[in-house]
Amino acid sequence: MKKIIFFGLLIAIALAAFLSPYASKSPDGLERVAEDKGFLHKGEGRNIIASPIPDYTIPKVKNEKLSTSLAGLVGVIITFSFVCLIGHSIKRKRKL
Amino acid sequence: MHIPDGFLDAKVWTTLGVVSGLTLALAVKKTSNRAHTEGGSGGKQIPMMGIVSAFVFAAQMLNFPVAGGTSGHFMGGVLAAILLGPFSGLLVMSSVLIVQCLVFQDGGLTALGANIFNMGIIGAILGYYIYLGILKAIKRMSISSFIASWLSIVLASSACAVELVISGTVPLKVAFPAMAGVHSLIGIGEGIITALVLGFILRTREDLLQIEKV
Repeated sequence: MKKIIFFGLLIAIALAAFLSPYASKSPDGLERVAEDKGFLHKGEGRNIIASPIPDYTIPKVKNEKLSTSLAGLVGVIITFSFVCLIGHSIKRKRKL
Repeated sequence: MHIPDGFLDAKVWTTLGVVSGLTLALAVKKTSNRAHTEGGSGGKQIPMMGIVSAFVFAAQMLNFPVAGGTSGHFMGGVLAAILLGPFSGLLVMSSVLIVQCLVFQDGGLTALGANIFNMGIIGAILGYYIYLGILKAIKRMSISSFIASWLSIVLASSACAVELVISGTVPLKVAFPAMAGVHSLIGIGEGIITALVLGFILRTREDLLQIEKV
């Protein structure tokens, strides 16, 4: 199982860290529709919370590709840890 | 199709927040049962959920171009649900959405319930049962997963359109064709990636998963 986790994470990190800087920068489906149909402004400046890595770029890293790449790496690690943590707490609860 | 803060009105986002919250509570219970199944791959359920969520997060960063200066990215709801079961699939999708919202400002905090409803409840759970229905009829996993994941994108984006309409953000006759239209293209990418990844896992390490058979 350790080997599976290692290779699974390796694939995820490879995608998030090395491929993400080359992803399309065009607006996604919803953003495109919001822009074309004139309601994009309704979401501007309306964020309830300030995120540490907004738009998948680390604010202090000037190199755009590196910034996205690092954001991807951080994201994969946080997501994996978060789900394992939730999973184990779900499992532990059952045993009590 | 991550909805930001400001697109939905209070009645829509609170309602969907409650619906998603209750469904997540059920998903926790179902995942707990699945992780405790005797023998089989029960003990692998939690680490597999971690890996699938890491993959879904990574793949969602990879926007590919579709027509007219627009991009789309893999969603992963149907894939996660086929690999882990529909309720663990929902937990995975929700966890990815929570991380994206809190850490990366991708999807609003008020819209989190709506995003979980669209991409998790419709995208993973409903998409999974559509997949099972097609699979029982045609017995081909690749074609069934392609069609179901294409539909999951079109249905999730249509739900998103309806939510925007009820919120008074945009009229129905404008929102629905635009959202369903562009996402019927993005869905083709979703279908191809889902069928390819599923095929790869079935050929290599099928033993890791409790995949439903016909």
